[in-house]
Amino acid sequence: MRASKLNGLLFFLGLLIVWELVAQARLINPLVVPPLSRILGVFSDLVWSGQIPLQVASSMKRAAAGYIMAAVVFIPLGILMGLSQSVYRLFEVIVEMLRPVPPPVMIPVAMLFFGLEDEMKIFVIFFSCAWPILLNTLDGTRNVDRVLLNTARTFGLSRWKIIWNIILPAASPQIVTGLKVSLPITLILVVISEMVGSTDGIGYFILDSQRRFRVAQMYAGMLTLAILGYALNQFFNVLYRLLMPWHVGLMRMKDAA
Amino acid sequence: MPLLEVQNLSKTYRQMGGDTTVAIGEISCKIEPGEFVSFVGPSGCGKTTLLMSIAGLIAPSAGQVIIHGKEVSGPPPNLVLVFQDFNKSLFAWRSVLGNVRFGLEARGHRWRQGEDKARSLIDLVGLKGFEDHYPWELSGGMQQRVAIARALAYEPEVLLMDEPFGSLDALTRLELEDTVLQLWEELRTTILFITHDIEEAVYLSDRILLLSQRPSRIIEELPIDFARPRNQVITRSQPRFMEIRNCIYQRIRNESALS
Amino acid sequence: MLFALLLLMWEFGSRLSPALQSYLPPVSRIFRSLAELVISGQLVSHLMITLSRFLQGYLLAASIAVILGIVLGYFRLAHSLFEAVIEFLRPMPSVAIIPVAVLLLGIGDAMIVAVTVYASVWPVLINTMDGVRHLERTLIDTGRTFALNRRKILWLVVLPAAAPYIVTGLRISLSIALILVTTAEMIAGSRGLGFFILDQERSMNSSNMYAGVILVSALGYVLNRLFVLGEGWAMQWRRGMLAQESV
Repeated sequence: MRASKLNGLLFFLGLLIVWELVAQARLINPLVVPPLSRILGVFSDLVWSGQIPLQVASSMKRAAAGYIMAAVVFIPLGILMGLSQSVYRLFEVIVEMLRPVPPPVMIPVAMLFFGLEDEMKIFVIFFSCAWPILLNTLDGTRNVDRVLLNTARTFGLSRWKIIWNIILPAASPQIVTGLKVSLPITLILVVISEMVGSTDGIGYFILDSQRRFRVAQMYAGMLTLAILGYALNQFFNVLYRLLMPWHVGLMRMKDAA
Repeated sequence: MPLLEVQNLSKTYRQMGGDTTVAIGEISCKIEPGEFVSFVGPSGCGKTTLLMSIAGLIAPSAGQVIIHGKEVSGPPPNLVLVFQDFNKSLFAWRSVLGNVRFGLEARGHRWRQGEDKARSLIDLVGLKGFEDHYPWELSGGMQQRVAIARALAYEPEVLLMDEPFGSLDALTRLELEDTVLQLWEELRTTILFITHDIEEAVYLSDRILLLSQRPSRIIEELPIDFARPRNQVITRSQPRFMEIRNCIYQRIRNESALS
Repeated sequence: MLFALLLLMWEFGSRLSPALQSYLPPVSRIFRSLAELVISGQLVSHLMITLSRFLQGYLLAASIAVILGIVLGYFRLAHSLFEAVIEFLRPMPSVAIIPVAVLLLGIGDAMIVAVTVYASVWPVLINTMDGVRHLERTLIDTGRTFALNRRKILWLVVLPAAAPYIVTGLRISLSIALILVTTAEMIAGSRGLGFFILDQERSMNSSNMYAGVILVSALGYVLNRLFVLGEGWAMQWRRGMLAQESV
């Protein structure tokens, strides 16, 4: 297996080298696809000068705010909806009506209310993460084993204790799935919202670079995004393993079964 | 000239970490056309590996399989293998008729042709009326019948069966044993049969080849000459049946004790 | 129930407060605008443009991704070669490709279809690849024992067996394609529903804007429904199986 991974890496490096050579030889218009070396050079300049970290920070600020708000609002809502039929029926129609709305389409709506400020992006992210988080939490809550619940009731636990000690942990795998799925959605929407209406942030940076024909810079921005996407994913996994080690083991057991 | 010949076949598996497992030590045998031959041996003795090698699905480490004088290097066109795990072998997206038709399609029949043949085979294996059902709707025994019908639709000269009734209950097994015998009597296909059920082997075969523990070789060859057609009650109650069965059982026990 | 209540609150709250009206016009007015725009044909032409771009992008992506997915899933060599490339490109949000596309293809249909194709390929590719890679060994061996050549095995065994996974990928791509088309239209388009919605926002025509939002959501909903119907028809053999599993 290691041999095949090596193959893949070598092939990848090979492609990069081909890119460099082709671009240097001017076989492709360098204004459109500059040599890899130049892109990397610009990238490192921008990182060291603080430009890229600055833009990333702006984007991440909004992303985090929207993401956390969505989690804080929709996880409890999902649990309530999962536990109580009446709550579910109350919100059901709203959810079904709002679900089909493609998230980017909310951007102009948000712009109407919030202009081009951070709040606009935060709202868009909040809206987009809603469904994965809500629906997964709902599902997870609903699927909590009856036996588990009855056991808790036998011990005379209060409702809040049941929710906190039984339901939350039992539904947490699904909740985590919802949170995990929302991560790339968050990133995508922060980029889109910045491209459509913003004055800073990594999305804006990439588009702006293209508009000013600073092509190497544009690619550097894209590279930043790829790294960001990867880093967020890794960060999430690390956090997950730290906060829920019992679940990691449980999942491994389930997979083996 | 024998239809099929296994010459000095051996197979060694290399595990990760460098360990090697010799599945087949050295096996040689000759199979005549129309024979019903069973391979019996202790678990893990490489019976499946042997059958897969004969079927051309696995390449041997040494030795060769010769069919009609030609060496096998890849699945030969006149031979088909029925797998033990019918669940994973049947095509879930095709009905019973569709699965059996597959055998015909593989033979080269065009789509519409041969529907009658497919239906008659389905009848032959006792599944008349179930043509439009899907595999998941059928019991284990019925599913294996579909797999057998599919294999026969291919009109193979040699039918290989890898513990086909291993995961079925005892009564179903007896039913299917008779079904296979009926098919064999009618079609006179050469059958190579693997089973761990000694009595099943004695009941079905013309000849039994006993395999040793890993690395496997053939330790004994027993001709079985009970009258045909065989009968679950009559054949099995003959004293000689139990004698042969005990003899084989003892041999295998001794082999296992040796390892 | 709550929904109806909220709608009523919206309607009256908006009518009563002129300040609110520019952000949140009364529901009735939104529907009136919707009707007017549809009848005048204006919105319909934007809808058709968006739909056409969507179909081109989605269908092209589906074809490419299924073929590529099968190849990469079935041939171990191909998979190991491309594994690193795929793992590197995956985390990058597909929308980042829009500026590059604008650079290469300018503003217009070609660019929009291109970015849609790029984004829509991923879910189908990954799902197809995974589906093919995880096919039962016995199933493939069954195809082989019938002495079928590789092409026949791919067509008669691999493809149908991997179909459920492929369909999952296609379903995900459906939403992604619509999202990309509307996004590209917003960022760099001059026609289409995405552009329309943004344009109306810029001109402060909020009821037109909401009308556009409703229409594009309806489009997404209808496409999804159609897909589910098609899936049910094509995967009839699974319906019974799934029903049994849930028992």
